[in-house]
Amino acid sequence: MESLGTTGLVLNEKLLFEHSDPGRQGYSLPPLDVEEATLPAGLTRDEVGGLPELSEVDVVRHFTRLSTWNYGVDSGFYPLGSCTMKYNPKVNEVVARLPGFAATHPHAPAALCQGALELMHDLQQALAEISGFPALSLQPAAGAQGEFAGMLVIRAWHESRGEKRHRVLIPDTAHGTNPASAALCGYEVSPVASGADGRLSAAAVAAQMTEDVAALMVTNPNTLGLFESDIAEICRIVHAKGGLVYCDGANLNALLGMARPGDMGIDVMHFNLHKTFATPHGGGGPGAGPVGGCAKLAPFLPAPVVEKTAEGYRLTSPDRSVGRVKAFHGHFGVLVKAYAYIRSMGADGLKRVAHMAVLNANYVRARLQEVYHLPYRGRSLHEVVFSDKNLEGGCHTLDLAKRLIDYGYHPPTIYFPLVVKGAIMIEPTETESLETLDEFCEAMLAIARESRQSPELLLKAPGRTRIGRLDETAAARRPKLKWEKSD
Amino acid sequence: MSHPYIPHTEEDVRQMLNTVGVPTVDALFEGLPGEVRLTRPLELPGPLAESDLLRDLKRLADQNATVESHVSFLGGGAYNHFIPAAVDYLVSRSEFTTAYTPYQPEISQGTLQAIFEFQTMICQLTGMDVANASMYDGASACAEAVLMAVRATRRRRVLISGALHPHYRETVRTYCQCLEVELVEVPWDTSGRTSPPALRELLDGETAALVAGYPNFFGVIEGVADLAEAAHAAGARLVVAVPEPVALGLLKAPGELGADIVVGEGQSFGIPLSFGGPSLGFFACRQQDLRSMPGRLVGETVDAQGKRGYVLTLSTREQHIRREKATSNICSNQGLCALTATIWLALLGKKGIRELAQHNLAKAAYARRQIAALPGFSLPFTGPVFNEFVVKVPGRVQMLLDRLAGLGILGGIALAPWYEGMDDCLLVCVTEQNSRAQIDALVAALAGGA
Repeated sequence: MESLGTTGLVLNEKLLFEHSDPGRQGYSLPPLDVEEATLPAGLTRDEVGGLPELSEVDVVRHFTRLSTWNYGVDSGFYPLGSCTMKYNPKVNEVVARLPGFAATHPHAPAALCQGALELMHDLQQALAEISGFPALSLQPAAGAQGEFAGMLVIRAWHESRGEKRHRVLIPDTAHGTNPASAALCGYEVSPVASGADGRLSAAAVAAQMTEDVAALMVTNPNTLGLFESDIAEICRIVHAKGGLVYCDGANLNALLGMARPGDMGIDVMHFNLHKTFATPHGGGGPGAGPVGGCAKLAPFLPAPVVEKTAEGYRLTSPDRSVGRVKAFHGHFGVLVKAYAYIRSMGADGLKRVAHMAVLNANYVRARLQEVYHLPYRGRSLHEVVFSDKNLEGGCHTLDLAKRLIDYGYHPPTIYFPLVVKGAIMIEPTETESLETLDEFCEAMLAIARESRQSPELLLKAPGRTRIGRLDETAAARRPKLKWEKSD
Repeated sequence: MSHPYIPHTEEDVRQMLNTVGVPTVDALFEGLPGEVRLTRPLELPGPLAESDLLRDLKRLADQNATVESHVSFLGGGAYNHFIPAAVDYLVSRSEFTTAYTPYQPEISQGTLQAIFEFQTMICQLTGMDVANASMYDGASACAEAVLMAVRATRRRRVLISGALHPHYRETVRTYCQCLEVELVEVPWDTSGRTSPPALRELLDGETAALVAGYPNFFGVIEGVADLAEAAHAAGARLVVAVPEPVALGLLKAPGELGADIVVGEGQSFGIPLSFGGPSLGFFACRQQDLRSMPGRLVGETVDAQGKRGYVLTLSTREQHIRREKATSNICSNQGLCALTATIWLALLGKKGIRELAQHNLAKAAYARRQIAALPGFSLPFTGPVFNEFVVKVPGRVQMLLDRLAGLGILGGIALAPWYEGMDDCLLVCVTEQNSRAQIDALVAALAGGA
């Protein structure tokens, strides 16, 4: 089989600062049409020392070259488990850049921003319908911030009832942000072990559920790609002791049109709009992490929210809001893209997303499970977790990941969830074709063979990239976090 | 049923079901118990073809006043600066936009090197030792700075200047509400700066941090050196928050003046206003606080051949390793926004940012002078300003603003919702985007009264 990965002409490129030449500038200002002004002595600096001096063409070549060192969804298959790296439709980029959205100031009067507010309002409504949570705030900037906001809501609700609870239950399969967000809200975290089948059992939750527990934070489907089938019973157990249930919405892609967290008894959830609703991840952001809740939690949601009145749309703060978690109204540009995606899919399209995402994951599972060890055998939804147990020649998950790069693929999520030793977590998403999945599976099978026949191919990978495996230990031991002139 | 974003044909689906060994796609969902299944279709409009989608979104976009449809003097934490064409051109390259957090450094060097350059430029602008790979926005970066100061000093009292951007104050309050941190607001004086005598009275041995804007919400340039001296005398950290970083092209670096943590908003650096987001937080501190910093960091290293490269580093502080003991819950950063700022700063460079800052200063000074000369108008604060200033107006602010809007001018921000006793005050911002003719039009319109 011919690998997708190859070695074209890849250009070297220095740091911006190393290109700098005094006197160059890549920006032009019109002539100043008012008198010059000065600030009182002592307030100003002579220059911003170190900033480079470059012409426009220097800057364009620099970043164009850097871009060729990156792998994105538009470059190829990106099966990052729990991250839902689906294709990002191009029309979304166009609409987010419409001047009526991109050039609108957040302090412009509401009466003059009715289109933007209508869009936010309709997005709130659509997310409410998709999730089953009637109350929505679009404010949080990212999934982790939505999670934090959701936990604040839970805490505020307990306090409104005169209760102060101290603990939060979190399954051992949870994302690292869950315990970190709970801790930010002043909670002590109690891990709950998942069962031998990879699921959270009602019994395990019941055994730890006390009246000191504020909430259980669950991810459903969980990070093993399994549906928490006891979820309704688990919610009843938590509620019976006066607790609330939080859902990490990272894996919502699998449920679109099939089931709604709000109907399961869950009380609060964040959305990762960039994952489920196809807005680009941007090398780590911006995302958007709206938070949804059941009706009784509506008064506590982060501010602002958009409300429709007889006079039009307006921004308002819920009565007992936990406050704002950032300036202004959320990541509006990202909200526009998610809204465009939802409108372009419609109800049937979203359901087809869940169907094809789950079919793709199960297809990859079926093709690889004879060769790769599958630690949990329950029915997979949109992602499947293998381990490196069957790799030979001293090769581990990391080596497999690096070798996949040579074959032309972005590696899956590795070493997560923590409950699987040497985890390889594959999430193909619905936007990948059968042809792509077949080629990827062939590469995975070829690598397993290589681990038997010539393990050094894995251990020394990647070999087709501009640079080889980087020394991460050295980077952490002697941190060099900025360029300095003396270099 | 086909959809442009989903490639499966009916034949593909049939073949895949065969391989999996189930009769229908629905059978794959057997793990979902009946009681949690949705038994009806979602009630959503659509699907829309691309042409219809565009038409509908244009309809919504056309209903909004913009800095192009109107003459805008709005600032208050979001600034209308010119964005050179090369910025959006480069940042739109899909190798940048469609990549994930750079966990696999060998195929993410573009993002990683750009972030290393971003960290370097933020250090140069702020005069600090280390900067992280970006935060959500200025307000949440400010809240993280407060949390870091509390961690570092093991103290629980935080003084916040009342002249700090109200959204930053609210966000700090939100972040601290569960953590037994006492937040105390420090009043301002007639200069519009944080009041030194009030500060001396409030600072004590329990104070973890003092937080102030630079420039502050009134547009006034705080005396950072004096604030630093007062804070340090009490053993507290000085957190400086910069909502308008173009000012740093001209103002002394806060690090040089004694700040311990410098945070701010990078929207001014080439990021569209976009109704307030996405935005870009920056965060810089001293070497001593490196390991208690929140967020992502990119570091330089080498591969086996000694070739220079970049990786995410010091991740033992982070949530995916330390879970509930992490320095913060931040997971993603604002990669693409940080890249945008890096490109914008590279185009302007050392001289460009200074010239741009001078233009902003000069335009605002001109507008301020003209407005102050109008009968009935005055300037309540005496402190030096950069590109924004408070104006006291005769009559009712809201009526005045409404009348200006009718003339196509977004004349400023009423301070009444945020500040008691400032019912007759307006915050006016003037940038390089406002021509002299626009400023003159504003002044003429103001002269018409409420």
